[in-house]
Amino acid sequence: MLAHEVDWGGWRDAARGLALSDVSPDEVVWSVRTSSDLFADADTEDVRTPRPGGAFTVPRALVGLAETVIQAREPERFALLYRLIWRAHRGEKHLLEQTTDPELHRANRMAQAVRRDTHKMRAFVRFREVVENGATRYVAWFEPSHFIVEANAAFFVRRFATMTWSILTPYRSAHWNGVETSFGPGANPAEVPDDDCLAEYWRTYFSSIFNPARLKISAMTSEMPRKYWKNLPEAAAIPELIRAARGRVDAMVETPVISAPKPTRRFEQAAPRPSNSPLARAKAEAAECRRCHLWEPATQTVFGEGPPDASIMMIGEQAGDHEDLAGRPFVGPAGQLLDRAMAEAGIDRTQVYVTNAVKHFKFEPRGKRRIHARPDTGEIAACRFWLDIERAEVAPKVTLLLGATAARAVLGRAVTISRERSRPIPLAGSTAFVTVHPAYLLRLPDEAARAREYAAFVADLRVAALLAAA
Amino acid sequence: MDLLGKLEILADAAKYDASCASSGTDKRNSLGRDGGIGSTEGMGICHAYAPDGRCISLLKILLTNACIYDCLYCVNRRSSNVKRARFTIEEVVTLTLGFYRRNCIEGLFLSSGIIRTPDYTMEQVIGVARCLREEHGFRGYIHLKTIPDADPELLAEAGKYADRLSINVELPSREGLGALAPEKDFAGIRRTMGRMRLRIEAGRETSHTGRRAPRFSPAGQSTQVIVGADASSDRDILDMSTNLYGSYGLKRVYYSAFSPIPDASAALPPKAAPLVREHRLYQADWLLRFYGFAADELATDAAGNMPLAIDPKLAWALEHRENFPTDVNKATREQLLRVPGMGVKSVDRLIRARRFRGLRLDDLARLRLPMGKVMPWVVTVDHRARGLDSVTLGKPAPQQGELLL
Repeated sequence: MLAHEVDWGGWRDAARGLALSDVSPDEVVWSVRTSSDLFADADTEDVRTPRPGGAFTVPRALVGLAETVIQAREPERFALLYRLIWRAHRGEKHLLEQTTDPELHRANRMAQAVRRDTHKMRAFVRFREVVENGATRYVAWFEPSHFIVEANAAFFVRRFATMTWSILTPYRSAHWNGVETSFGPGANPAEVPDDDCLAEYWRTYFSSIFNPARLKISAMTSEMPRKYWKNLPEAAAIPELIRAARGRVDAMVETPVISAPKPTRRFEQAAPRPSNSPLARAKAEAAECRRCHLWEPATQTVFGEGPPDASIMMIGEQAGDHEDLAGRPFVGPAGQLLDRAMAEAGIDRTQVYVTNAVKHFKFEPRGKRRIHARPDTGEIAACRFWLDIERAEVAPKVTLLLGATAARAVLGRAVTISRERSRPIPLAGSTAFVTVHPAYLLRLPDEAARAREYAAFVADLRVAALLAAA
Repeated sequence: MDLLGKLEILADAAKYDASCASSGTDKRNSLGRDGGIGSTEGMGICHAYAPDGRCISLLKILLTNACIYDCLYCVNRRSSNVKRARFTIEEVVTLTLGFYRRNCIEGLFLSSGIIRTPDYTMEQVIGVARCLREEHGFRGYIHLKTIPDADPELLAEAGKYADRLSINVELPSREGLGALAPEKDFAGIRRTMGRMRLRIEAGRETSHTGRRAPRFSPAGQSTQVIVGADASSDRDILDMSTNLYGSYGLKRVYYSAFSPIPDASAALPPKAAPLVREHRLYQADWLLRFYGFAADELATDAAGNMPLAIDPKLAWALEHRENFPTDVNKATREQLLRVPGMGVKSVDRLIRARRFRGLRLDDLARLRLPMGKVMPWVVTVDHRARGLDSVTLGKPAPQQGELLL
């Protein structure tokens, strides 16, 4: 015999003792003390079960399931749980994974019902504010379908720790005084005060947030079954909302259009100071670029940045994921690697003009990610318009081409990096160097190769710096 | 105007925003030394349902419904003749805490018409969140609507107090937005979403010393798009969603079937878009995110739309009968996810269960699969779907879409 409906400790001790004594489930009858003696002597000798010693282990998840199922209303839950414990104790493996096993299935269904009831209690308990002797207390009446009040009280404690509250139900009541929880006998709804001052506000909110053009009564009742309505202050408004919905929509649709648009009165944002520098003008124009189709799925044009009189210009392939979001070149993982390499090579990034051959990010969407796609020759050619302006305006002493796309954009031909790397290539008014793109370094799987290639990359940067300083 | 009157107007004005999620944020409660009020535990709670079937989880209101913009689909546009009202910061705080203490809500979803300037409006919205968090120790959920043109620094501050930020793309196409919301800037909205994603991701990082980055909108960002107010096809909309999920890591794209508003503009369609289209888009959205489908597999009719009468997965299966029947005891997870009637959870449970025994129809029933839907497509130990070609499988009667309204 268990002390009360959710006497978890009593059931667990009894189940452990019975299983260790090899008492089969068929020999056990479970019962709960009736409410008349519920609080008389809860921890007396009634549990006449053997208490042998010995190790008793069942899967942790099964214990969790049992803790939930014991809150179910069905009287056979104790016996069902003992049968499962018994099977696990007798060595049945993977019991919990056999989700189609009839006994486990039954237990899972009970647990599901308890969880749903638990969730509905968290949703539909409505406190009323009571002021007594200058102190404010919150009281709610709720009718759960299962024995969930004890286990669920902790939720309300976490949420309303700084309030004093009571939740009354037909079988049990829970109280929180700001310090500790206590449980008392069941109550009746008359003990709960009537609507308080805010109930009318809540009903008004409920009525106003309802869109009469979308009446879907069954969607409401499947989630908020009618059995809960009598304790929800807002539910009183439902019948009238449903009745009037059709007429409200008809009125909206039939009422002729009343108002014409008024003239635009758009505020002006503090516009960036108009700059006459050709580079700044090009940047502004490039923001609206439609020279190829890459602008469409992208967030923004990522134009180059750096001093217009920089002696070094670095040109990458295209804006990447981060660059597209931030609107600045080389700020993602490859950019961070470039920063590190530049620092090691003694180059101050703020003194370098950094840009890309293609100024929009080309990608394939893949779930929550975007996968980089290599720009084709047409896109490189289209974007060359902007690159040419940048190169002409900055007129750098050294132009560092990071990777094959940049090399193609500037040199106008297909370039094999390994063949042309690290040697000066004369350009009109500048000297070009071809090296790898930092993203290439990130892609190398082999640590040793990465270290070797990184060192070679830094060496290339050093040469560029020397040449620029000469 | 009294507070009750304001509440009526400013809740009514907020109801066209579909989002009501209160899930996915970090866990907090008011038990600790700092006290305060409220908790969040990961899972959201719907505290009530309105007769439109939508959940009420948050107090969803506008700070004001006055607006300097004139977006034609919006009931609050400058040229509309609706009654205007404006809450003070204190009034919103009082209502939020009052409802929260009575366990009516999980928190606040605050949006606003644009008054004076975007920056001024954003400051007011942030003011409410700051007061709730800092003066009242409010630990419930806060969702703030961000205003695209507002200063990025204000965005950073909003992210400090909010659990979720959102910015509505409103219409699926640049052209649609240009025509119906001339003052909104399509590119500006996307730039703001990009900035938010960078900040949200930075907020999740821990430095090498183990120090947490400053909090920024831990439940991420979401958006809403109005369906049926412009000419966009389902394909256009799903392509847009694919792009938004991939580009900005959105938690959700909400689809809102255009519904008639009081004092409507003549530029809008005269009647509501079918709610069932919105429903199909949500189904397709799920298929994109959790079932491995792509937009071009779903919206395949000549106009780029999905059938209204049957769900998009069934429509796909009917077009790809050669892929069936699927043997539930052998198929891969990817194949199972494409079986009509099978959800992600049931597929995962099924895969666990079949490790121990060959599954029979009884087992599928115990997995609570909708048997009528599933049986024509699967093979079990004791069942083999026969000749799919002879099965009509609820092929739509023509024009049924309208009836479902």
